Amino acid sequence: MYVAVKGGEAAINNAHRLLADRRRGDRSLPAVTIEQIVEQLGLAVDRVMAEASLYDRSLAALAVRQSRGDMIEAIFLLRAYRTTLPRFGTSVPVDTNKMKVERRVSATYKDLPGGQLLGPTFDYTHRLLDPSLLTDTPVEEPARRDETGEHVMRVSDILAHEGLIEADGEFPEDHEAGDLTREPMEFPMGRDLRLQALARGDEGFLLALGYSTQRGYGRNHPFVGEVRIGEVEVELEVAELGFSVSLGRIRVTECQMVNQFKGSSKAPPQFTRGYGLVFGQSERKAMSMSLVDRALRAEELGEDITAPAQDEEFVISHSDNVQATGFVEHLKLPHYVDFQAELALVRKMRSDIEKARKGDRSEMPEAAE
Amino acid sequence: MDLAKQIEPTAEMTGRRRAAGLLSRASMDELNAAFAKLTDKPDVKPVRGPETGLVMVRGRIGGGGAPFNLGEATVTRATVLLASGTAGHAHVLGTDKEKVRLAAIFDALWQEAATQDFVEAALLTPIEARIAAEDKQKAEETAATRVDFFTMVRGDD
Repeated sequence: MYVAVKGGEAAINNAHRLLADRRRGDRSLPAVTIEQIVEQLGLAVDRVMAEASLYDRSLAALAVRQSRGDMIEAIFLLRAYRTTLPRFGTSVPVDTNKMKVERRVSATYKDLPGGQLLGPTFDYTHRLLDPSLLTDTPVEEPARRDETGEHVMRVSDILAHEGLIEADGEFPEDHEAGDLTREPMEFPMGRDLRLQALARGDEGFLLALGYSTQRGYGRNHPFVGEVRIGEVEVELEVAELGFSVSLGRIRVTECQMVNQFKGSSKAPPQFTRGYGLVFGQSERKAMSMSLVDRALRAEELGEDITAPAQDEEFVISHSDNVQATGFVEHLKLPHYVDFQAELALVRKMRSDIEKARKGDRSEMPEAAE
Repeated sequence: MDLAKQIEPTAEMTGRRRAAGLLSRASMDELNAAFAKLTDKPDVKPVRGPETGLVMVRGRIGGGGAPFNLGEATVTRATVLLASGTAGHAHVLGTDKEKVRLAAIFDALWQEAATQDFVEAALLTPIEARIAAEDKQKAEETAATRVDFFTMVRGDD
């Protein structure tokens, strides 16, 4: 019985008109520009790009503006846009060892090649609201110091020289990296597919899971080998040219987590690793990703699977916030018919019980409910 | 031309790669200014695009291991043909079609003996210098945030 399937059109149109009005807000204030969002709300833009799995700062800023700052809505918008574009190809893997480093810190080595570079960090700020930002107070130019030209060496390479750490994750030569956007998910899944899912996974969800491993739910004894943020070159093999050319640079955040060591009768003890790589500047996300990546390697490393963060199907199936919000938020859409059916069922059950009770009272008083 | 490519692929390749890489970093202002300076405007035929699509960006597990798909990036590409028959290609991150069309024209002009020096002087060299200056500035700003640890010496002179 479909009764009220039509009739919302005018309401919907007016609701969208109202949305546009509320999005614009007070007309006596200037509208924010895309450039302002890119420049001044850059980390919001980065989060949208990372979780939409689409690198484009301007479009991500547009999505932030259009969604009134609702991050998941912005991510949804950018994901939807992505589906309208053809894919030209696959890049040569980015080389984070050649990154133009803007920040790099290590919690495992104090003095290491390249040094501890704090970069534009919130760390060591006092988290006091800054009244100078209430107005447009002029801001100092950054300090400068001659660069040493020293290569910012990977921490994993330092440990690898002594054989103290497992190698970067390898697959057989003929393994083609899986792609979640092309093939349906299947479990168990390879580490390549898991990393793709985690790279686009919800920051809050991964943060909570990473935190849970620290609190003992799948503990993996992590050290931040290093976190680095900076720009890497994106290269594409161009068929017409027969070689790869640079398309430009993108900013990424990488985290090398060094985890509890493992040895066996055959192999001497070695540190294990978790890896995080995220579009834009987001070390919280990259660190959470590397904790969860490590936790999800439980089976591979012969550990007991006891905690949510180690459960591949649980983690990967629930890490995508566009999917999650779609299913949660669909509950508010009309379920009139479903609910009518349930209502009729409950009414019938109640009246059956009622009838049975009356019958019981007059006849056999023992079989209630 | 094709024969020359086969005889000396590496020199040609390195030059072309460098030109393409620098053109991908060109700003609209830089391209427009160089185009305005061209005495003979080229007769250009569009072959493909400019069109916007995606490139799947890959990373490597652990930084240097097996590749995995990190996420996509918007890319705009264009192919143009000069009257001489030289084809120019451009692939640039982002969605700016006009910028990429101009980059493809300059890629073609760079391959022509008559215009290579012009493209080099009016566009590639200035872009290279700008990128180097920007990188240097960033590196120096970052270097200023490098921690200089010092040890408190006690009971010892």
